[in-house]
Amino acid sequence: MSDLADPNPARKNAGQSHSGRRSSGMLPPIVLLSTSWLIAVTLCGLGAEILSPHDYTAIDLRARLQPPVFAGGSWAHPLGTDHLGRDLLSRLIHAVRFSLLIALLGTVIGACLGTIAGFLAAHFRGLVDDVIMLLVDFQAAVPFVILALAALAFLGNSLLLFICILGLQGWERYARIARGLALAARERGYVVALRTAGADPWRIYAKHILPNVASALIVNMTLNFPETVLWEAALSFLGLGIQPPNTSLGALLGFGRDYLFNAWWLALFPGGLIVLTTLAISVCGDWLRDHLDPRSKKG
Amino acid sequence: MPFVLQKLGRALLTLWAVVTFVFFALRISGDPVLAILPPSAPLETIEFYRRAWGLDRSLWQQYLLYLANILEGNLGRSFLEGRDAVDVVFERIPKTLALMLPALFLTLVIGIPAGAIAALNHNTPIDRAVIVAAVFGYSVPNFFLGVLLIFLFSVVFRVLPTSGSDTIWHYIMPVATIALSWVGIYARFVRSTVLEVLQQHYIEGATAKGLPWARVVRLHALPNAAIPVVTVAGFMVGGLIGGAIVSETVFAWPGVGQLLVNSVNTRDLAVVQVIVLLIASTMIASNLLVDLLYGWLDPRVRLTAARSSVIEA
Repeated sequence: MSDLADPNPARKNAGQSHSGRRSSGMLPPIVLLSTSWLIAVTLCGLGAEILSPHDYTAIDLRARLQPPVFAGGSWAHPLGTDHLGRDLLSRLIHAVRFSLLIALLGTVIGACLGTIAGFLAAHFRGLVDDVIMLLVDFQAAVPFVILALAALAFLGNSLLLFICILGLQGWERYARIARGLALAARERGYVVALRTAGADPWRIYAKHILPNVASALIVNMTLNFPETVLWEAALSFLGLGIQPPNTSLGALLGFGRDYLFNAWWLALFPGGLIVLTTLAISVCGDWLRDHLDPRSKKG
Repeated sequence: MPFVLQKLGRALLTLWAVVTFVFFALRISGDPVLAILPPSAPLETIEFYRRAWGLDRSLWQQYLLYLANILEGNLGRSFLEGRDAVDVVFERIPKTLALMLPALFLTLVIGIPAGAIAALNHNTPIDRAVIVAAVFGYSVPNFFLGVLLIFLFSVVFRVLPTSGSDTIWHYIMPVATIALSWVGIYARFVRSTVLEVLQQHYIEGATAKGLPWARVVRLHALPNAAIPVVTVAGFMVGGLIGGAIVSETVFAWPGVGQLLVNSVNTRDLAVVQVIVLLIASTMIASNLLVDLLYGWLDPRVRLTAARSSVIEA
C-alpha cells in the first residue's frame, strides 16, 4: 500500500538477518506455509465453478444474513450469507479468482510498460529519455490513488480501464530499473560485440539485455504484485473499482462494512483473506528476492 | 544555488505535467463544459464557460486559456452543491488537516524511537517484537484496519462512535487508522537506517578511540541516521493523503478525501479537478522541500546532484 516503503533500498536490509542463516535447499517453514496458502488460493480461483457450493449470484431472500456454521449457522452456508441471501463462501471463492486475475494482469501490464519505457529511454537518450524521466517523476510525485481516481472520474468506470489503471501502478519503478540496467549493459562486452556484428537493436534488447537484467525486474515484480492486489482491493472497497455483478475481495469488504453491527462475517472474512493472501505473497516474494537478487545476498 | 534551481525547475516541470494531464483527461472525457456543469445549467452559463474556456478555438489556444483560468482560480462549479468548486474543496481542508497532522505526529513520535531502539538492540527479543509489530501494522491494509477498529471498539466494546467528527472521541479511530499503517513502515525504515549507520567505519573509529557506547550512539550514530529519517518523513505526505482518503470514507469524516471519493462516484468533475490539482501541488511542494532539506543536511547530495547518481538510488 505504500509509495514509500518499497522503493527504498534500505528495506532489503531488514530481511538480511534471517537471510544470513538461510540453509540452502530447505524452505523455511513460514515460506512453506505461505506457498501452500497461495497454492490453495490459486486452486480455489481456478476451480471456482466446481468448488463453490452455490451460484455466487444466486439470491435467496429467505436465507438473508445467516451466520457462519460455527456461530449458529447451518452447513448449507458454511460461512453464512449476505443481505440478499447469497452464499458468502461461493462469493469469496469467486472474489479470490477475480482479485488475483486482475492483480496479475495489472502487474504484467505495468512490468511490460515500464520495461519498454526504460529501454526506450536508455536506447534513444536525449529528448526521449528526458520525456520518459519526466513521466517517471510525474508518476512518483503524484500518489497513485489520485491518478486512479482522476482517471476513473474523467473516463468513467469499465473493467478494462480499471485493469489498465492498475497496470500504471508502479510502472515507473520498472522504468527506472530497466533504464539504469540497460545503460550499464550497453557498455558490456557482449552488447558491444553484438552491435559491432550489426545486430538489430530490438534483437539486442529483447534477446540479450532483457534476459540479463530479468532478475532485477522479477524482484520488483514480487514487490509490485501484492501492492497491486491491495490497490485493487482499496479502490473496489471505496466502490470505485470492480462493479457488480462482478466481485472482488475489496468489493466484498466494502459492502460488508455496512453490516458490521448485525453480520460481522461479511466484512471480516474477506478482510482476513486479503491480509493472509498479501502477507503470503510478500513472504514468498522476500524469499525469492533473497535468491534472485545478488545485492541482498551480501548482508 | 544551481542545486536549488535544478530542483525548483523539476518541481515546476512536474506541476506542469500534472496540469497538462488534467487538461487532456478532461478533453478526452467529452465536452468539458457539459462534464463540469450540472445537467440543469442554463444555456447562458454553458455559453459563458464555452467562451471563457475558448472551446470554439483551437486546442492550443484552449490550453493556454486553461492555464490562465487555473491562475485565476476559475475552475468551474460543483454541480452537486451549485457553488464554486474551489470553495467547496477549500472549506473541507481544515477537517482533513485535523486528521493528518495528529497522524503524522503519532507516526514520528512512535516510529522513530521504536525503530532506533530495535536497531540498538539488534537481534534481541526487543528487536524481534518491534519487527513483528511493524510487519503486522504494515500488512493489514488501512481500509481493513478501519473496519477492524470499528468492529472492535464500536460493535464489540461499544466505546467509540463509528462516524462523524463532533467530539474528541470521533478523532481516535480515524487518526489511528492513518497512523498505524505508517508507524510500522516508518519504524522499519528507521531501524534499517540506524543499523546501516552502526556498520560505518566512523562508528568503529569512535568506539576504538574509547568513547563510551552511549556517547557513540548519541554523538555519531543518531545524528547521521537522522538525515534520511527526517527527509523520508516528508515523502510520507503522499501516503498520508492516501490514508486520509480511505480513513475519511470509512468513518464518514467530512474532509477532502471523502469529498473526492463522493465526487468520483457522482462524476462531479469540477470538484475532482480542483482536488487533483490541490493534492498534486501539495505533493510536489513537499517533495521539493524534502529535496532541498536533504541537500542542506547532506552536502554530498548537493555536490552530486546530477541525475545519473539518482538512478540506482
